Amino acid sequence: MRIQGRVWKYGDDINTDYIFPGVHTYVLMSDEEMGTHAMEGIDTDFTKNAVKGDIIVAGKNWGCGSSREQAVKCLKARGIGALVVVSAARIFYRNAINEGFPVVICPEAVETTQPGEQISIDFDKGQITNAKGVYSFKPYSEHIQSLMQCGGLLPYIRQSLAE
Amino acid sequence: MPGMTIAEKILSEHSGKEARAGDIVFCDVDFMVVPDSTGIFTVRSFKEMEGKKVCDPNKIMFVFDHCSPPPNQHIANMQKYERDFVLSQGVILAEGGEGVCHQLAVEKGYASAGKLVVGADSHTCTYGAVGAFATGVGATDMAATMISGKNWFKVPETIRVNLKNDLPAGCTAKDIILTVIGKIGAEGGNYKAFEFYGDYFEKCTLDDRMTIANMVVEMGGKTGFTCFSGLGIQADEDAVYCETVEIDLAEVVPCVAKPHTVDNWAPVSEVAGKPINYAFIGSCTNGRFEDLKAAADILRGGKLARGVRLLVVPASKDILLRAADEGVLKDLVDAGAAVFTPSCAACVGTHGGVPADGETVLSTTNRNFKGRMGNPNADIYLVSPMTLAASCLTGVITDPRPYVKE
Repeated sequence: MRIQGRVWKYGDDINTDYIFPGVHTYVLMSDEEMGTHAMEGIDTDFTKNAVKGDIIVAGKNWGCGSSREQAVKCLKARGIGALVVVSAARIFYRNAINEGFPVVICPEAVETTQPGEQISIDFDKGQITNAKGVYSFKPYSEHIQSLMQCGGLLPYIRQSLAE
Repeated sequence: MPGMTIAEKILSEHSGKEARAGDIVFCDVDFMVVPDSTGIFTVRSFKEMEGKKVCDPNKIMFVFDHCSPPPNQHIANMQKYERDFVLSQGVILAEGGEGVCHQLAVEKGYASAGKLVVGADSHTCTYGAVGAFATGVGATDMAATMISGKNWFKVPETIRVNLKNDLPAGCTAKDIILTVIGKIGAEGGNYKAFEFYGDYFEKCTLDDRMTIANMVVEMGGKTGFTCFSGLGIQADEDAVYCETVEIDLAEVVPCVAKPHTVDNWAPVSEVAGKPINYAFIGSCTNGRFEDLKAAADILRGGKLARGVRLLVVPASKDILLRAADEGVLKDLVDAGAAVFTPSCAACVGTHGGVPADGETVLSTTNRNFKGRMGNPNADIYLVSPMTLAASCLTGVITDPRPYVKE
């Protein structure tokens, strides 16, 4: 799989209250509606203007804070193609796997990527290409890949319950 | 082979094979904790997975804490949706007012030494204070665990934190963990377990241990054990640690986490004199009896400074009753505090006590992110209950040490 998209760039420690503010956590909204609140706590420009296929590039500890799954769902529903970060907080990373939302750990690519530029990610080759060069990243382990290929934990469990 | 850390021991025991840092293992889970905030999504995921019955209703507790009592019609209806599921499945139910899920999991004995517990809340790591490997997961993860009774875990490496010497008067467990977080950083423990050591843990209380274990997630930690002779589980002497951090308790001072990150450490002296508007004592971090008592001891006989509001929310019904019995509530209320029913309350900004624009808030909780308490235009300082109480008397951020009665 290969994706290409425009970059929204952020710094370190973007927490779950920034990605999906706590005031919305108590609303049983559709994934699409969650998408309309994405990044509302830190960047209303993104909330208004992000489009399907855009890619988020950010520093270390993305998604720190609460366990709220909406922080992943809102980005996925918004059509964000992938997240490229220096590092991701544990629960966010795990939730992203469970949602089938790709998180790429690649500090080198983060360093040279500029906001607004077009980058591409080749998940099979494990490569990110931006204006400055081509950067390699470590693909997910086999176990995680099989879960991601199903589309996440929910379809994976549904499938294994059916078997 | 070298010895094992506590995390490796518990995950080995629950997976039936030798679990070493870096391995991914499938484990039987002993207990599951689901608060109302993520519970709604857990129930929805459970239904979407076409789950019929939970694996074992005695292994699952739903707690109405993050937004209970509900502040509006919409949330009341959401809770009804969740409550209907709870009642039909026969799982353990802690209704609104019983307390914060993490406090209840420990108080009621569901979390104990050697157990593997998951919670649909990041502060599940609190149960490391009683020797459980306990960690937060998302709602979909929780739903899958409720169906199967199992989940996968990456065995974490462990950071060892050695606390030496004694803690000075006027400093608390909160000052210790804020100091540790300031040193290690908000990401310094990502995916890691923690083991804390030191004579301090032989003398301190369970309340203190819970405050410390509670905040390991603020460094990215997966779980954290406060080790002492009575914990009920211990690491092997030749266990392997990825990092060792030394903290001299004699050098700990009353401190704060300044807005808007938990690792934005400063001694109280650096921010002393800053006017405050609102103060909150509560939460799974510092809403326990000793926290309330520490604040009451400073506030007793005094009054809140004019223009300062104080909200006190005990972390459980048992704590509320004890605080009432022992006169602690009277001291707090006489000084001018408002008291709200046991719940998460102002910590997470969904009910009970939102600050106004431009206000400075002192809070005994665990997060000071912009918007955390429901208003992105307020500044939150995380502090100990002692620092909070002294500051409430003066109306400005205040070093509590002169106010501590020996």
